[in-house]
Order: sequence, then C-alpha cells, then structure tokens
Amino acid sequence: MASTGKVRGIIANLVIVETNETVAQNEICMILHREERLMAEVIKINGSNIFVQVFESTRGLKVGSTVEFTGKMLEVALGPGILSRNYDGLQNNLDSMEGVFLKRGNYTAPLDESKEWEFIPLAEDGQEVMAGDWLGEVKENQIVHKIMVPFSFEGTYKVESIVSKGSYKINDCIATLNNGSVSSLTVTMVQKWPVKIPLRSYRNKPRPFKILETGVRVIDTLNPIAEGGTGFIPGPFGCGKTVLQHAISKQAEADIVVVAACGERANEVVEIFKEFPELEDPRTGYKLLERTTIIANTSNMPVAAREASVYTAMTLAEYYRNMGLKVLLLADSTSRWAQALREMSNRMEELPGQDAFPVDLPVIISNFYSRAGFVELNNGESGSITFIGTVSPAGGNLKEPVTEGTKKIARCFYALSQQRSDSKRYPAVDPIDSYSKYTEYEEVIAYFKENVSDSWLDMVSFTKDILIKGREAQEQINILGDDGVPVHHHVLFWKSEVIDFVILQQDAFDPIDQMTPMERQKYMLEKVLNIVKMNFNFENFEEVGSYFRKMINSLKQINYSEFKSDPFHKYESELESIINEKKVA
Amino acid sequence: MEKIAFQKIYTKISKITKATCSLIAENAGYEELALIHKRLAQVVKIIDKEVTLQVFAGTEGIPTNAEVIFLGRPPSLRIGPDLEGRFLNAYGDPIDGGPELTGIETEIGGPSVNPVRREQPSQLIATGISGIDLNNTLVTGQKIPFFADPDQPYNQIMAMLALRTQADKIILGGMGLSHDDYLFFKNTFENAGALERIIAFINTTEDPPVERLMVPDMALTAAEYYATKFNQKVMVLLTDMTLYADVLSIVSNRMEQIPSKDSMPGSLYSDLAKIYEKAVQFPDGGSITIIAVTTLSGGDITHAIPDNTGYITEGQLFLRRDTDVGKVVIDPFRSLSRLKQLVIGKQTREDHSQVMNTAIRLFADAANAKTKQENGFDLTEYDDRTLRFAFDYTEKLLAIDENLAINDMLDTGWELFAAHFSKSEVGIRENLLEKYWPNGKENEKVNINTESDS
Repeated sequence: MASTGKVRGIIANLVIVETNETVAQNEICMILHREERLMAEVIKINGSNIFVQVFESTRGLKVGSTVEFTGKMLEVALGPGILSRNYDGLQNNLDSMEGVFLKRGNYTAPLDESKEWEFIPLAEDGQEVMAGDWLGEVKENQIVHKIMVPFSFEGTYKVESIVSKGSYKINDCIATLNNGSVSSLTVTMVQKWPVKIPLRSYRNKPRPFKILETGVRVIDTLNPIAEGGTGFIPGPFGCGKTVLQHAISKQAEADIVVVAACGERANEVVEIFKEFPELEDPRTGYKLLERTTIIANTSNMPVAAREASVYTAMTLAEYYRNMGLKVLLLADSTSRWAQALREMSNRMEELPGQDAFPVDLPVIISNFYSRAGFVELNNGESGSITFIGTVSPAGGNLKEPVTEGTKKIARCFYALSQQRSDSKRYPAVDPIDSYSKYTEYEEVIAYFKENVSDSWLDMVSFTKDILIKGREAQEQINILGDDGVPVHHHVLFWKSEVIDFVILQQDAFDPIDQMTPMERQKYMLEKVLNIVKMNFNFENFEEVGSYFRKMINSLKQINYSEFKSDPFHKYESELESIINEKKVA
Repeated sequence: MEKIAFQKIYTKISKITKATCSLIAENAGYEELALIHKRLAQVVKIIDKEVTLQVFAGTEGIPTNAEVIFLGRPPSLRIGPDLEGRFLNAYGDPIDGGPELTGIETEIGGPSVNPVRREQPSQLIATGISGIDLNNTLVTGQKIPFFADPDQPYNQIMAMLALRTQADKIILGGMGLSHDDYLFFKNTFENAGALERIIAFINTTEDPPVERLMVPDMALTAAEYYATKFNQKVMVLLTDMTLYADVLSIVSNRMEQIPSKDSMPGSLYSDLAKIYEKAVQFPDGGSITIIAVTTLSGGDITHAIPDNTGYITEGQLFLRRDTDVGKVVIDPFRSLSRLKQLVIGKQTREDHSQVMNTAIRLFADAANAKTKQENGFDLTEYDDRTLRFAFDYTEKLLAIDENLAINDMLDTGWELFAAHFSKSEVGIRENLLEKYWPNGKENEKVNINTESDS
C-alpha cells in the first residue's frame, strides 16, 4: 500500500512532509489541496521529515494537507505517438490542455490511448528475448517504431505468444512472455521508465567513429561533432545560441530530433511550433515536425519541472535510440536547469559551492552528458544519441561553474563570441577558441580518410592556421597602422577574411546557404584554400582590401546559388577572372 | 480597507526581524495576505504552526502583542472597467483621490499562458523613432527593456513612445519612481488627453520599498484583463526594473538566503522571467507588450540584473548620448530587437532590411575611421566620407527626438547613401538600387574617386 503523509512546512516550492511510512528518494507524491493534486518529488529524507520539491505553485497550500506517495519515481510513458507532440517537462501533452492559461494540477495523458496502430510482429513464438529486444513494429509518422520488451524486465524470457499483424491500441496486449516462473507477463505497446535512470538495454557503447552532418560549415568543416557525440554552445545573450541550435535541429542528419526548451523564452518555442509543421526535412522531404518532439518548459513555467524536463527529453531520446535510430537531442539552456538546482539547494540550506551553485553540479552535468552515445544493440543494430546543449554563462564569463562543469565532459566546444556577433558575423562561433576532440579520434580520422578525402583533416588544420595568422596580422595592422606594416600582412589578413566570409559565415535565413552538405563543404574549402595558397601582386595596401572584397562578394554569390547550377558556374567563372587580375603565375 | 468578520485575531508575535514577523497561527495558506498592526503582510514560510509574515511596509514599531488578522486570499486587484484612467498604489488602492475600485477581486501573479496557445507576435508597433522602427522594430507581444544609465531621459522616452504607439491601453508600473517622475507621467498623460487609456500602479521612493514587489504583477493582471476580455493591444511600461530587483536582494538577504552573483538571489532569473514572460500575443487578437527600463551602473551589462534580463527579453534598446551631435540616440550596435525579422519587409517596404543593414555597416566603418583618427593615423578619403555620413545619420535618424513614418526613414536613408557614397560602395541588391536610389544624386566626387581606385 502506498504511503501517506501530512504537510508540515512550506517554503516556496519546497514542502516538508511528515510521515513514518516507507518513502524512497526521488519518489513522486501528490499533495492534495482542495480539489487540486499537486505533483512533487522527494529530494531529501531526514527521519520523519520528507523534503519534496513541488512541480507547481504552492500558493494557498496549508499545513496538514494530505500527501499521497506513489511508490514510483518520475516516469515517462514510452510508446508510439510521442513524435510530433508538444510536452511540458513532465510529459503532459500541452495540446490537450484546455484554456489559454495553464492550470495548476492539470495533468494530461502523454499518449493517445484510443488510436489504433498497424502492428507487424517481428519476434516469433518460442523465441528467447531480453529487455529492449524488438517484438514488433508500427509505423509512426515516417519512422518505423519498434515495440520492445519492457526495459524493466530482467534476465531472458521466452515469447509465449505474440499477436498477428493487425490494428491495436497502445494498451492492448501484443505478446506474453515467460521467464520460467508460474505466471507469464503481458506486454503492451506502452511501457514506463523512470527518467533519472539511464536506459542501458544495449550490448556495448563503442567510441563514436563517424560524423553527424549538421549542414553548418563552422561545425562540420572546422569542428565536427560525431554521431553519438556531445557538444555545447556557451555564449552571452544576443550571440545567436538559439538561432544556431534551431539551424542544427532543422538540418542535422538525424532520424529523430528531441528539443528540450528548458527555461527559455516562450516565443522561441512558439517559433518551432509554427515553423516545424511547415518546413521540410532537407534529406527526406517530410515535414520536420514528423521527426520532432518538443519538451517545453519555458522560463515562466514551474522551476522544479525545469530540472525534470531535460531528463524527460533524454529518456525519450534513449527510447528511440533503442529502435536503432539516430537521435539528436538539443537542450536550450542547461544553465537554466543548473539554476533550478541552485534554487532548490539554497532552500534546503545546503552549503553552497561557487556562485551558490550546489557543490555536486559538475557531477550532475557529467552524468547527464554521459547518457549520450553510440550504442550497439543486442540484435547487432546500432543507434545513437548526439547531444548538444547550450550554456548561458552569467555576464558572458566562461569561467563560471556551469560552463566549466560542462567543459569537463562535452567533447565539442562551440564558443560564441560577442565580438563576432557585434560585427554581425554569424554564426558567431569563434573558429579559434572552439574545438572538437573527435578529430583526434583514430576512428574519426579513418572515417574522414575514407569518406571525405585523405588530406581533409590536414586542410582543416591548415585553415585554422591561416585564421590564427590572419588574426595576428590584423592586430599588427591595428597597432602599427595600415602603412606601418608590409603589404603581405594585409594580404594575409584578407586571406583569413576570405575563409571567414565564405566558410565560417553562413546565412541561417537564406534557403540555400543555410544548409551545406559535406560534399559542397569540401568543394568550397578546396576552392578557398587554393586562393589562400596563391600569390598575388599588389602595389600598395589600399589595393588589397578592395580586391579581396570583390573576390569575397563573388564567392558569396556562389554560396547563395544552388550547387553546380548555371548561376553557380557563372559566378565561378567571374571569380576566375577576378583571380587572374592579380594572380602571380 | 478589508472586510473583517468572523476572523480569528492573533495577538502574540514570537519573532520580529527587520522585514518579517513570526507567530503561532492555524490554517494559514502559503502566500496568503494578513494584516499585522494594520499593515499588509504576506505569508512567506510555514513550519508547523509557526507562520512567518513578510511585512511590506517594514516592521518598525510593531509590538509583540500587535493584532494579526489573516485575510484568506493572496494579493489581488479589483478588476473592472472602472480601472481606466486610475492611478493606484502597489496594493491596487487609489492614490488619485478618486473612488474605491468596485471590480472583481482577482489574484495577481496568476498562471502562465500555455505555450502552444500563444500566437507568434506579428503586428508591427510604429513609434516614429528611427532608432527603433528602422533598426530595432518592435512587435506586439514583445518584451524589451531600455538599458540606460540613471542620468538618461528614459522615462520621457517611455512616455513619448507609449503615447505614439496607438495602444488600446497603457499600463504603467512605477517602481521606486521619484515623486517628480510620477507627476511627470501623470501630467504628460493628462496633457495628451490620453488619461482614459492609462492605468498606473505607482510605488514612489516615499513608499516602503518592499511594496514595489507587487507592482509588476498588479500591472500585468490588469493587462491580462484587457487583453483577454476585450482583445485589446496593451502596452505595459515597467520602470525601473533595477530598483525592483534591488528589493528582491534585500528581501532574500533578510530571509537569510545565500546570495549568488552581485548579491542577487539565486532565483533572480526565474523571478524576472515570471514578469517578462507575461508578454504575449493571444490567439484572439489581444496582446501584452512590455517595455521596461533597466538602469545600468556605469554601462555595465555584465551585472546580474541586466545580464539576466538580456537572457529573458527579446532584445534591448541602449540609450547613449552622442557627443558629436549632442543628442540622445539609440545605439545601433548594442541595441537589438529579436522579433524584428517577423515584420521587416513583410509589414514594411521591401528595402527595409537592406537599408538598415547597409546604414549600420557604413556607421561601423565610420567608427573604425574614428578609432584610426584618435590613434593619430591618417584617414583615407573614404574614411572622411563615412565620418560625414555618420554625423548626418546620427542627427537625422538615430536621435530620439525625430518623429517619422517608416517610409520616410527609408527615404532619408537612401538620401544619405546618395549624398556620401557611390552605388557600388553601398553594395545593395541591384533591383532595389534601381528603384530607390535618388535620381541624379550620385555624389560626383565619389564617382571620380571610385574610378581612380580601380
């Protein structure tokens, strides 16, 4: 029987419950307040005092109110019908809530229980299965959605019976399994899983070895992220974190995209709500919304649910990964989640760490990022979660606990620079400060040799060298004046500007430029590096800027044209003649 | 003030601090209001039977046997048509000598809008100020603060802006306003004959500071009433949010909370977001737009208050005094309206985005030239022209004392381009150049120069 207790203290959304019955850490309970039921999570137990964080406003709550414990941790429902949904941080379906305003204690079902799905069995009677194995499949939008042996089943089971092909609802029994005990277990298409426990129903987790294309040149070319890899984007406000993340969510080469809008602006989520049903996935031609699930816990929604939202999103991503799919998980912004942890730690009067964040913050961040990865499933198939989080450093200072904690675990670092953003050089990713550890992986190096070219990574590091030299040349010019340095300093600076304008900068709102496939990225980088390696003849420094400006303009027109189309070739020959004006043979 | 019948009166206070009183009481609800020694207070903590009250007006002179009466409701505002034209205090009580409000008692700080029920903001707000309409176009349902130093005329600009925008209602939330500024707002609205469109909630420096914590919620509750009941376009002005946040830190300090950056409470982001996120475009046409003021200390935007604000709001408008033309301008580099692309070129002329970007780019060239000049380097002829352009651009477009229609701003932009540059130097798309470049106005001197360049 579930335990019950009584409220004995209230401090904002921290409530102290008194009970002498059994309670577990992180157990969910319901506080009964008049006709409302407020959901809360146990975060500390001290004798008969149970500290719970309430996922709702506690306004009007009184001591003595009854609290019912559920015996379960915070769980999500996993089954067909998750895609295209807009959930809050606790997986309530936002679209089925009534009224314009959110009502406290209004919890809605995450999945449609009346919808019928065409089920095709994959397992056979008598087959041996274990948790996470595929029993059958249904078509969810354009995705083949596997129905799996519940992840909570331990050991091996025999399929006693499985239904034949046909239409079923999520709660219908589709199979019975037996592990040799007296009674067999029925399996439906829906199962529950606690969000804070990683799903580990896979055989092993090798190192990531291939690249996840995002279509964003400054990522794919200079600092690529691996499929199953982790990355983060820190940057002060106004530097385009969200625009960059939206671009990645639209273009990345993923089967499923889970977006956790964690404590950010509601209007930005509205943009996704309105755009994704219209926009097409550039690779499949289907609407973006069909592959996307949005977890929206905007900044004005209850703080405690903000923490839950990133875990909910991660668990949904793990579920789809186990179907052998390529999942991309985006969280904007993990700093808001850390702040939610800080608020609660503060109310519990824990000793604070740096900037009043909880001392264990880096560990919490590491554990979360570690749930991403490339996995081999029990049946030999593979799936992956690539995770990119944004960080909103206070005051734009990267020496703060959330950025530092994330830097310890995330393998790609995309530093957004205020200076680049001020000069409208978007995406404002700093090419020199940013890094990708994956280009050091032997597996990834081999992948590039095989799939792009032998010399690709050398070209990339050469590009970075030019950018660094260009920056140094610019500093010299600024200190000594235009005519205080030799002309070749100007040339060096402008060659780095060519890379900057043509490769690094990318127009997120231009239908063609916004997304560059790897083949085109390679083509353009080769073209630009050819120019960089050329020698030019200039009389004086004044010629240099106007000449390269002309060249950049023509290269940008190439970027704006469809790959290898007529206009593309027209601008290429225009570029040729510009090059020939000053080129030294 | 409040009906007090059949309510238990407590008379034994166990603890008194600068801001709070605690007593043994039964059946108190969290965030419920109480009267203590005839002062309004709110429940901020309950542990068993001990209830802690935050006394808005401070605890000076409260005796241990003061009368405490619980009111059984959270802070609320009487909402109804008689709000129009009224000046109220932080509790929603009249300060204009008029009659008591008679509307329906409504809780302030109510629930958030379900994000899937929001509409994307899409209606342009014309202010007549080029620094806004041309460079940082505002949209209904947006939330945006002025970042200004305390000596800048932000209150005047806000009042002017509110009156020009044709909003159905203007709701002013004044926090820590000087009495003079309160009278300034009152007179400005009266003189404009706009009083029936105005509702003001005022906390001046003469009032207890903690009271001002209720002002934004009061203003936004009234705004939600007009935006949802009557589908009106409501403009909410909040000045000054820095003084609001300062009180948050005072309260959290008195509640013995651990401070985070700049001695602000760790919940500052959530506290501010709860206010700003009330800005919304409703599906039925009503909207709430929030224009706020965040005063800076010495222009420092890394301080926790402007920093958290910037992460929440949809852009910011920077005020700066330009020493060359001697006017206050809206800084084109540091200002940003994140929602401008929703209306630019859609509700404005097709050349809007190009004129805006080109002007700012040329202005940036001028800034570089200026740096060169200051460092004692020689200026090129192009540098000289950018400097002259920058002067005209600042005077005619950036200064906040101009009042132009957006098309006039664009035309002015084209005239300035033609006066100082050649067509090839502005780098605008060909078809727009043909259509909008003022006839025969291409700077002759410029032409000669570009020819000699190539």
